[in-house]
Amino acid sequence: MKVHEFQAKQVLARFGVPVPKSGVTDSVDEAVEIAKGLDGSVSVVKAQIHAGGRGKGGGVKLARSLDEVRQHAQAILGMTLVTHQTGPEGKLVNRILIEEGQNIDQELYFGIVVDRATSSPIVMASREGGMEIEEVAAENPDAILKEQVDLAVGLTAFQARRLAFGLGLEGKTVNRAVKLMLACYRAFEETDAAMLEINPLMVSKEGDVLALDAKMDFDDNALFRHRDIAEMRDLTEEDEKEIEASKFDLNYITLSGTVGCMVNGAGLAMATMDIIKHAGAEPANFLDVGGGATQERVEAAFKLILSDENVKAVLINIFGGIVRCDMIARGVIEAAKNLHLQVPVVVRLEGTNADEGLNLLEESGLGLIPAKGLAAAAKKVAEVVKGA
Amino acid sequence: MSILVNKDSKIVVQGITGSQGTFHAQQCLAYGTQVVAGVTPGKGGQTAVDGQVPVFNTVSQAVAKTGANVSLIFVPPPFAADAIMEAAGSGVELVICITEGIPTLDMVRAYNYVNAKGVRLIGPNCPGVITPGECKIGIMPGHIHKPGRVGVVSRSGTLTYEAVGQLTALGIGQSTCVGIGGDPVIGSQFVDILKLFNDDPDTDGVIMIGEIGGTAEDTAALWVKENMEKPVVGFIAGQTAPEGKRMGHAGAIIAGGQGTAAEKMKIMDECGIHVVASPADMGAKMKEALGL
Repeated sequence: MKVHEFQAKQVLARFGVPVPKSGVTDSVDEAVEIAKGLDGSVSVVKAQIHAGGRGKGGGVKLARSLDEVRQHAQAILGMTLVTHQTGPEGKLVNRILIEEGQNIDQELYFGIVVDRATSSPIVMASREGGMEIEEVAAENPDAILKEQVDLAVGLTAFQARRLAFGLGLEGKTVNRAVKLMLACYRAFEETDAAMLEINPLMVSKEGDVLALDAKMDFDDNALFRHRDIAEMRDLTEEDEKEIEASKFDLNYITLSGTVGCMVNGAGLAMATMDIIKHAGAEPANFLDVGGGATQERVEAAFKLILSDENVKAVLINIFGGIVRCDMIARGVIEAAKNLHLQVPVVVRLEGTNADEGLNLLEESGLGLIPAKGLAAAAKKVAEVVKGA
Repeated sequence: MSILVNKDSKIVVQGITGSQGTFHAQQCLAYGTQVVAGVTPGKGGQTAVDGQVPVFNTVSQAVAKTGANVSLIFVPPPFAADAIMEAAGSGVELVICITEGIPTLDMVRAYNYVNAKGVRLIGPNCPGVITPGECKIGIMPGHIHKPGRVGVVSRSGTLTYEAVGQLTALGIGQSTCVGIGGDPVIGSQFVDILKLFNDDPDTDGVIMIGEIGGTAEDTAALWVKENMEKPVVGFIAGQTAPEGKRMGHAGAIIAGGQGTAAEKMKIMDECGIHVVASPADMGAKMKEALGL
C-alpha cells in the first residue's frame, strides 16, 4: 500500500528521522496560515499524489513570500498533475504539503527494499540524489552503495557508517547520517514496509541531515498488524474498479484493450492476456477469480468487466481442478441470466467434467460460446471482437 | 522416478483441522498419499478427516509418533511463518507451504531459519508437489497428471495445471511437478529444482514456467546454459502486463523497468531454453524437444 509523502514523513518522524517542519492542507487559506508558522523566509508548496516526478510536472513550487504561497497553493490544489508515473490522464491534486525551505548543500539518495535475489533487506545510498535510482543503476551502477541486512540483527551502526563515509560525508555530519539511517531502518522493519526511499536525503549548509522527500510502500499482507498505517490508505488515489474488486477478494487490474478476461489463478490470468494478444486482440483487464469460481464471484467479476465500456467481448478461462466444471458452468449461466449480457462471451472450461460443463453452456440458449483449448478460445474471442 | 517426494513420503499436515487443511488432506489421502499426522495446537489427541488422521499439538510430537518426514502447511498467513519454522525445527526434511499472503519480513525470517537448519522449503503461495502415481502433496487436481518422465517447475498454480493438462493430452507423463510459489521470498528457486531434475535419471526434460518480476528466471537460464543436460521448455506469463502493477501474485510486478517478460524470454532463449511465446504451446514444444 502506497502512502503520501506527508504520511511517510509522519511515520519516519515517529522513529526519530529528522524531517522539515511542515503542515498539510486542502485549502489555500490554511496553506498561508501554515506558512506563517514556519521559520525562515522561504517555503515549499508540494502536491500530494501517489506518483513521483511531481517537480517536473509543476507540482512542487518554491515560495519566497506568503503571497507566493497563496499563488502556488491556488495553482496546485485542484490541478491535474501529469508526471511520467501518472500516465497521460494525470492525477487530481487534493492536498498540498507546505514545508519550510532549506539551506541545501548536498542532495543524496537513501533507500531500503527487500531484495528478492538474497531474500534480505538491502539498504542503498548514493551521491546522485534527486535522480531516480533505476536510472543511476542503469547508467552508473557503481555509484550505488549497498549493505545487505541480516534481519535477526538489523542494520548495524558499522554498516551505516560505511555508507556515510562512502557518501563522502565528514565530521559531525557522519554521525547525523548514521542516526538517520538507523532510524529509517527501524521504521522500515517495525512497520513492515516494502519500500522506503528518501530522495533527496539532504545535507544542509549547517551540516544537518534530513529527509527532504520521503516515499514509503507497505506490505499489504502485513497491514493486519498495523492498523494505524492501514488507515492512511487514500482511496481517491486508486482505480475505482480495483477497489470494488478487492471487496469481493477478486484481483482486478484495468488495461486498455477490448477483451474482458475472467480466469482462475494469477499465472493463468496473465497467460490468458498474453494469448489474447497473440491471437491479434488486446486484453481489457487482468482478473483472477481465485480458486472457487462460485456463482457469486463470477457475477461480481462479470459486473466489473462489463463496467468497462471498452469491453467488446469476454473470455472466461477456467481450469477447474478440484472444482467441477459443470458447477462453474452453472455459476456462469446464472450470472449471465441475472446480468442480461449484451456482449459475446467465449467460455473455455478444462478439467473435471469439462464436457458436461460445455454442454450446459450450449444448451443454456444465452449465446455463450464454448471453446476447447486455450489457443482455440483465444482465436475465437479475437474473431468475435473483430466482427463486433 | 521422481524428485523430492515419492510413495514412501510420510506427510504431516499443519493446520489439518481448518477447512482447507481438512479438505486437501482428504484429497491427498484419496490420491494414495501417506498422510500420517496432523497438527493443530490445542487439538492434540483428536483425529481429523473422519477419524483417518491423528492430530498432535506440535510437529515434534507428530514426527516422533508417526515418522513423518514431509510437512504440508495450511496455516493462516499471520501464523504461517512460525509454522514453517516449527516444521524445520522438528526433524522433517521437506516443508511445503501452501498459504498465500504471508508478510514478506516474516518470510525473510523463516527463510533464514529454514536454511540454517538445512531443511528444504517449497513455497509459500504455491500448489505443492506431486509425483504422479505415487503421491500428491498439495492442492493440485491429481487426476490431470500421468506418471512419466517430464518434470514441471512453476511459479504459478493453474498455469502449471495447464502445462500438465497439455502434456497428458499428448500422452506425455510427468516425473514430478513442483510449484515453487508466487511470492517475492520463497524457499526454493528454479535453480534448486532444475538441479534435482538434472540429477534425476528418470526425468528426460523440464518445463519451466516463470512470470514477470524478480530475476529468478535469469539466474536459472544462466545455470541451464552451463549445467543442464536435458531439454528445458520455458514460458513467461505477463508479456502484456503493465509496469508497476502487481498481477495477483505478490511477486509478479515489473518494478523500475526490471523483471519484464521480454527480458526474461531473451535471456532464456540465449541460454538454450526452448522458449514458447504462447502458453498453448508448452506441451507440444516439449514433445518436439524430446523428439517424440
